[in-house]
Amino acid sequence: MNDVNQPDIVAFCCHYTAYACSQDLQNLPRLGFPENVRLEILPCSGRISITRLLKAFEQGADGVYVAGCWEDTCHNIRGSQIAKKRVDYVKDVLAQLNIKPERVEMYMISREPNRGFIEVAKEMTERIKRLGPSPLKGK
Amino acid sequence: MKSGSNLEKVLKSGQFAVTGELGPPKNADAEVIRTKARFLKGCVDAVNITDCQTAIVRMSSIASSVILMEEGLEPVTQMTCRDRNRIAIQSDLLGASALGMKNLLCLTGDHHKFGNHPNAVGVFDMDSVQLLQMVKNMRDDKVFQCGEELKGTEPKFFLGAAANPFADPFEFRALRLAKKVVAGAQFVQTQLVYNLEKFTAWMQAVRDLGVHEQCYIMAGVTPPKSIGMAKYMKNNVPGLDVPDEVIARLKGAKDAKKDVREEGINICVDIINQVKEIEGVAGVHIMAIEWESAVPEIAKRAGLLPRPSVS
Amino acid sequence: MIVGERKPIQEIVGMLKGMKKILILGCGGCVSVCSAGGEKEVEILASILRIDRKKGGEPIETVEKTLTRQCDTEYLEGLKDEAGNYDAILSMACGVGVNYLADMYPKTPVLPALNTSFMGVSEEQGVWSERCAGCGDCVLDRTGGLCPIARCSKRLLNGPCGGSQNGKCEISPNVACVWQLIYDRLKGLNQLEKLKDIFPVKDWSSSLHGGPRKIVREDLKL
Repeated sequence: MNDVNQPDIVAFCCHYTAYACSQDLQNLPRLGFPENVRLEILPCSGRISITRLLKAFEQGADGVYVAGCWEDTCHNIRGSQIAKKRVDYVKDVLAQLNIKPERVEMYMISREPNRGFIEVAKEMTERIKRLGPSPLKGK
Repeated sequence: MKSGSNLEKVLKSGQFAVTGELGPPKNADAEVIRTKARFLKGCVDAVNITDCQTAIVRMSSIASSVILMEEGLEPVTQMTCRDRNRIAIQSDLLGASALGMKNLLCLTGDHHKFGNHPNAVGVFDMDSVQLLQMVKNMRDDKVFQCGEELKGTEPKFFLGAAANPFADPFEFRALRLAKKVVAGAQFVQTQLVYNLEKFTAWMQAVRDLGVHEQCYIMAGVTPPKSIGMAKYMKNNVPGLDVPDEVIARLKGAKDAKKDVREEGINICVDIINQVKEIEGVAGVHIMAIEWESAVPEIAKRAGLLPRPSVS
Repeated sequence: MIVGERKPIQEIVGMLKGMKKILILGCGGCVSVCSAGGEKEVEILASILRIDRKKGGEPIETVEKTLTRQCDTEYLEGLKDEAGNYDAILSMACGVGVNYLADMYPKTPVLPALNTSFMGVSEEQGVWSERCAGCGDCVLDRTGGLCPIARCSKRLLNGPCGGSQNGKCEISPNVACVWQLIYDRLKGLNQLEKLKDIFPVKDWSSSLHGGPRKIVREDLKL
């Protein structure tokens, strides 16, 4: 996906936030979920590891984000807060590597049925379009 | 008489003693010392020469002491444990004594974190109590710290220490002074006194231990130069206790369109007059840092002049 | 335990300039417990370094391994067949491990990925603090079990100094005055008289100031 207009984005999403949008994930494109965002569903956003986030970049992602529940609504109490700390760690790593830390993000969204899940995917897509392709691209 | 210094003589004679303080320059200009010394001459019995105070590189206290002596004043040479190990300290003290220095103030030293070389090694081979003990043993027992005999002329210092009545834990402060006295302190200069209530309570604890009969206690004072300085001392200098009344007095002067500096001098004189009345206070140590020119006025108004001539 | 912290990435990147194949070697001991140089951290650092090199168009091959400990001959010996295969071994152990690797593999460059910080405790998840300076001549019997060498900024043996206020050290409001702690503890134990005696000048020859230290126990030698 070298097309600047179609950034390659990996989204690590908690089961609950993803299903809050649609019980059937196959429906997502129809609801407006951008096609360039590759979904990886986790039982809880707290399961994301720093290594997985980094490897997504290593493998060529232009942007990576984690979507988890609002701080106080996580099933595992602190899952999404832990995920946020790991995202912050990766932001710091990217900054130290002179890569824009905005290429990674943590989104906390409601588990109630809503379109937040789609909104953040669109938001991230727009953001990465502005930033351009990953500096690892084509190397 | 351990050293025969003027300060020792004045204190021994039972007269209220006065010491000043002089911070050497951050350069090699002897004239800075001479200029500051001229303000202090005739107003004090001896002048403390700081040893890179607040861990900022300045002309050495021993070299500055020599210049002070050339101006006809007696130094209280300060020696800290921060920058020298026991070998360097003993060596420097042999030299200081040979050059004619007779008063020595033994300090641990300000931590270098606050100075202009925060990345330096903090030596701290020993602390102020151990330093006092070492120098006392050199003088009285003619031994080096290692136990080896000091053959020939020993350094003869009148030994001083610092005490902070306002630091914590308060209950231990008088006891710590007692330790310094056992270690060898013959006179002590306190941290700046603004909180008279606390100072009075500390002096009571000191008297309860009988320490005031074993060493001369000199209360540290300084005129606050501005409201900003008073606030800075209150909020930013660890171990300093500046009550709100002091700041209020300076503000009052400012509001009444009076000279704040003048009020600062008044405050200092008031404090001197009050500490004079406390049993066991043998003198004052006036630290008019970078305001040496205020000392003659303070000494005059506090009735400390003329300074005695003791032989 | 020995507490360490990974060096800034650019410092590590600078050490590896021009190298094409490295072994990133973790340690399963203290630095693993303090999340600085164990298996997980090896994986993270390897990925970071690959990203950096890929970005610069000069990829690097990273081999990841974690030994049970790097401070023991028996574990380090396991590298003898492969040590020569790398441009360098980037050790994520404390300085002890780095040294010992260098001692054992004279022909392979050995580089430190961590700064060895101190000997300390894990106060809570993510917080470590110093407790012992390894001075070689323990004084804790006289100070209520709290160390003035490791925990007093001026290593005072006759503290507290005039900078102790509200239980804090003058150097920072985040640093406890250990002499206040010693005072409180001895008071609680009814042992305040211990503070009346002057603590003599310390013999620093058992610390680093006496040269590198070594212990030989004949009873244990084979």
